Amino acid sequence: MSNLMTKGAPAPERVDALRAQWGRRLVLGVPYLWLLLFFLVPFMIVVKISFATAEIAIPPYSSIVEYMDEVLTFNLNMGNYLFLADDEMYLQAYLTSIKLALVATFFCLMLGYPMAYAMARASGRRQSLLLMLVLLPSWTSFLIRIYAWMGILKNNGLLNNLLMWCGLIDQPLQVLNTNIAVYVGIVYAYLPFMVLPIYANLTQLDKSLLEAANDLGCRPWETFFQVTLQLSKGGIIAGCMLVFIPAVGEYVIPELLGGPESLMIGKVLWQEFFNNRDWPLASALAMIMLLILCLPIAFFNRQQVKQLEVSL
Amino acid sequence: MTALASTTAGRFRMPGFSTIMLIVGLVFLYLPMFILVVYSFNASRLVTVWAGFSTKWYLELFQDERLMGAVWTSLRIAFYTASTAVVSGTISAFVLDRFGKFRGRMAFNSMLTAPLVMPDVITGLSLLLLFVTMSDLLGWPAERGMLTIWIAHVTFSTAYVAVVVGSRLREVDRSIEEAAMDLGATPLQTFFLITIPTIAPALAAGWLLAFTLSLDDLVIASFVSGPGSTTLPMVVFSSVRLGISPKINAMATLMILVVSLAAFVGWWSMRRSDRERRASLARFG
Repeated sequence: MSNLMTKGAPAPERVDALRAQWGRRLVLGVPYLWLLLFFLVPFMIVVKISFATAEIAIPPYSSIVEYMDEVLTFNLNMGNYLFLADDEMYLQAYLTSIKLALVATFFCLMLGYPMAYAMARASGRRQSLLLMLVLLPSWTSFLIRIYAWMGILKNNGLLNNLLMWCGLIDQPLQVLNTNIAVYVGIVYAYLPFMVLPIYANLTQLDKSLLEAANDLGCRPWETFFQVTLQLSKGGIIAGCMLVFIPAVGEYVIPELLGGPESLMIGKVLWQEFFNNRDWPLASALAMIMLLILCLPIAFFNRQQVKQLEVSL
Repeated sequence: MTALASTTAGRFRMPGFSTIMLIVGLVFLYLPMFILVVYSFNASRLVTVWAGFSTKWYLELFQDERLMGAVWTSLRIAFYTASTAVVSGTISAFVLDRFGKFRGRMAFNSMLTAPLVMPDVITGLSLLLLFVTMSDLLGWPAERGMLTIWIAHVTFSTAYVAVVVGSRLREVDRSIEEAAMDLGATPLQTFFLITIPTIAPALAAGWLLAFTLSLDDLVIASFVSGPGSTTLPMVVFSSVRLGISPKINAMATLMILVVSLAAFVGWWSMRRSDRERRASLARFG
């Protein structure tokens, strides 16, 4: 791409070139520093505190580096990680989180892909309306949307009343406070994030490729699986990551809709932090969650970068 | 998927299966909210029993001082967040789109997009620990409250604004900017006189997105807030945890009303400007 900012460089006024250079650095530096300070540095502090010991103090953890009597000591406490490895509850919470997030992402894709597909095929004017309709719910409060399901899924809620009125069941089904309610909650809350990238991808699809496949004798479903689906892989990956990664660390949904069986790691972290005030243990929990999510996040980032490279 | 309609050369029919799924999906998205709105007018405290039309929950809502105070706090934080995030997000998107290759571009891009997917509990915890460490070492921020919530919200909203503005930046016709530069405008002048006006709709969308994200956030705010700065989601959450409350239904209804109205106005004005643009193109093209 042609570089706008340095275009003036060969001009006789070197001052201008210098000023442009410094202007460029300033424009780049401010957001860079902000992100370093408020995004990268905090993670290092989490790493540090995950090796501290919980204490009844303000702040409630021991310091790691001590300088006393000309001796510099590092007190690295591995106890938090060992404790996590020892207690089955934590391992179970990690596994539950991954399982719930995976299944919910799958259902989200199964519902979201056909939705995006239908949207991408609608006429131009209808497309913008449909896009607005899909996005609108995510502009209202997340908390409120999860809360709405509490009223529907309760034992004496609308779903059970409806099913009993139809005569399908005689006893109310326990849906709220089970994993099913968590699935419903995640799919409901994150559906727009699945639809959006897939829709964006499908609208950019080169339609002549579909015609070519058609002309070469592909059946419609063959065209779909061998051309459309292959070409929209980028959108599918982005959508799945946008659902899966935040869902693993979800706190509100398991807290409001889930039960004892749906103990997710975000909820455990919250309890360790707010109820037990064990900041170092919460930090260790966060670090392990981050390790698990490292790969998907890197994958998502690469996809974003790729998208960016294409556009350059 | 087998129900895909045949594609006759050049014409694409709406396949039955995906259309049905679209309708199912939209019903799924809207039915719970519809039920919420209906039951906000229920006279009974029990959400499942219909006991006649009443607006008493709305009255009770407005008399709840704690809730109204939280609304005011949240609105102020959201306003400051959106206004800052629009600036920072636009700069970030501009840097990524127009600066070409620079050292640390990958790192910058990763740091910018990671907050899009980062679980809230991790972001909240890490920022809180940063603020605690900073006040330990530097004495600032002395106490946690609106300021710390604002910083946290700006950090993650910037990513969203950058995505919205970035996609628009990639679409704009760059020859106009180049023309302005050739005619002697400085980069700064070009940016403010040409680039900003062309991406104005994206800026508005980004501002609104950051505003709603900030207004909506529960988890991060719970971590980084201090005494005396309770936001609306925190109040709603503490009451929702205890069970269904018709007052919350009333509040949800008002929220849905405001959002739908804003979205409809936005969509309508965009469609009109689109139509005008097309009309003028047809006239001169």
